[in-house]
Amino acid sequence: MPDTLVALYVFVLACFIGYYVIWGVTPSLHTPLVALTNAISGIIIVGALLVTGLEEASTTAQIMGFFAVLLASINVFGGFLVTNRMLAMFKKKK
Amino acid sequence: MQFSANTQALAYLVSAILFIFALKGLTHPSTARRGNYYGMAGMALAVIATLLGAEVQSYGFIIAGVAAGALIGAVLASKVQMTAMPQLVAALHSFVGMAAVLVAIGTYVNRAAAGTLNPVLMTELAVGIVIGAITFSGSVIAFGKLQGLISGKPVVFKGQHILNALLGIVIIAFGAHFGMTESVFSLTMMTLLAFVLGFTLIIPIGGADMPVIISMLNSYSGWAAAATGFTLQNNLLIIVGALVGFSGAILSFIMCKAMNRSIINVVFGGFGSDSAGGESSAAAAALEKGVRAASVEDAIYWMEDASKVIIIPGYGMAVAQAQHALKEFMELLIERGVEVKFAIHPVAGRMPGHMNVLLAEADIPYDHVLEMDEINPEFPTADVALVVGANDVTNPAAKTDSSSPIYGMPILDVSKAKQIYVIKRSMNPGYAGVDNLLYYQDNCSLIFGDAKAVCEGLAGALKGGGH
Repeated sequence: MPDTLVALYVFVLACFIGYYVIWGVTPSLHTPLVALTNAISGIIIVGALLVTGLEEASTTAQIMGFFAVLLASINVFGGFLVTNRMLAMFKKKK
Repeated sequence: MQFSANTQALAYLVSAILFIFALKGLTHPSTARRGNYYGMAGMALAVIATLLGAEVQSYGFIIAGVAAGALIGAVLASKVQMTAMPQLVAALHSFVGMAAVLVAIGTYVNRAAAGTLNPVLMTELAVGIVIGAITFSGSVIAFGKLQGLISGKPVVFKGQHILNALLGIVIIAFGAHFGMTESVFSLTMMTLLAFVLGFTLIIPIGGADMPVIISMLNSYSGWAAAATGFTLQNNLLIIVGALVGFSGAILSFIMCKAMNRSIINVVFGGFGSDSAGGESSAAAAALEKGVRAASVEDAIYWMEDASKVIIIPGYGMAVAQAQHALKEFMELLIERGVEVKFAIHPVAGRMPGHMNVLLAEADIPYDHVLEMDEINPEFPTADVALVVGANDVTNPAAKTDSSSPIYGMPILDVSKAKQIYVIKRSMNPGYAGVDNLLYYQDNCSLIFGDAKAVCEGLAGALKGGGH
């Protein structure tokens, strides 16, 4: 099976997981959900690292990669930390 | 130490599982924080596995980028006000979009230098760039609207849909040309036009449709990550992209359903307007329309000895930052033996779940806060319903008047409570531009004023002792 087809398999099956997991999220946590998905879509940092870290990468590619790493890191750190801050506020009746 | 390709792939698999558990944690507030930690662990593992892989050999730019990003991210996360959460989220979406564009172009540059381009790869690159660019410029516009930098009004002009359709066709044509010929000119044109399309797609959408737009852009940012995964043959990016993409898509669906509108209608609608008018003559206008205006004391008279009070917060509460005053009022009522509950409509606020976060910020326990379907059967047994800055979502016209633009929208059954008090700044209609039939009911009175000031007044009156 060609690589692209394998990728398609993974993609479609992941869509199903996403569908069922997300429907289980309680509506009261929809804002933290958006913030958390923000953080994990910072996974694009993996792509940014691969572009920037390539030994033969040209300066152009490295500079683009640098900005991609920067933006993705803001997402990762900002997203997880703000989600944590929000979730800490959700308390039960004392 | 260096990871082999297989070790790296296994680490990515563990990371993907951790992300799934992270989302699963949000099923309940009691497990949510643990979920967030799973997410952090998954991200750390993914980054370490990538850095230790054979492909990453130079670290200077990476260290600089991560350090600066961590600093900026941490400052943003700790400083942002809870009312400004929609803006922060929009900004973060735009960053993912831009990162996707940069990664795709960077990959193109690297692969072109190595001579390993092929048509499949270039098609995937083109898709990634277009989705990323639309996400970026669309999110920038959403940010501008939420922050008040540009008008929240829907900007509609003639031929808008035709323009968007044309832009779409031209983008696809340039993308196809790029895929076939590696033309840098086509790549540039495609990228620039995709930025323009993101702009023209979001600019016509009005302020109160923001919950849908935030969700949609959330979804796009996921698809952008997935497309990047295809270009890099990286399954982790594909999996995470699909999870995030679906999360946003489901939220968009929920928001649209709560407004009884199709996604097509929201995206192309240009629905509603920001009405602004004189507030000075609010009481006079109310009298003219046959609406009762009440004082804080009247409302307290009904609430202090009530057995159940339901509070309905809306965007007006967020604007006035009234949640803390509301919390104090809630505690005073509970001390008097009154049962207090909060009723949340799915589209209250500017993003999904916005009200819940604001109430949590004010230390209101989440078991007092109920969703529409849970609270609606309770309205007939409520002695008082107190509406704080919500409007269209309480309008019984959605059930009774088939000619109303909001007819069919699910609403909170506020009209069934025994007494209704509405805190409102003026008689201006809500976002939908529709008169609220609730206000003309015999058992409904309006308290005119700023939500925060009125809530403080209510709390003060309770503290001052009964009548």
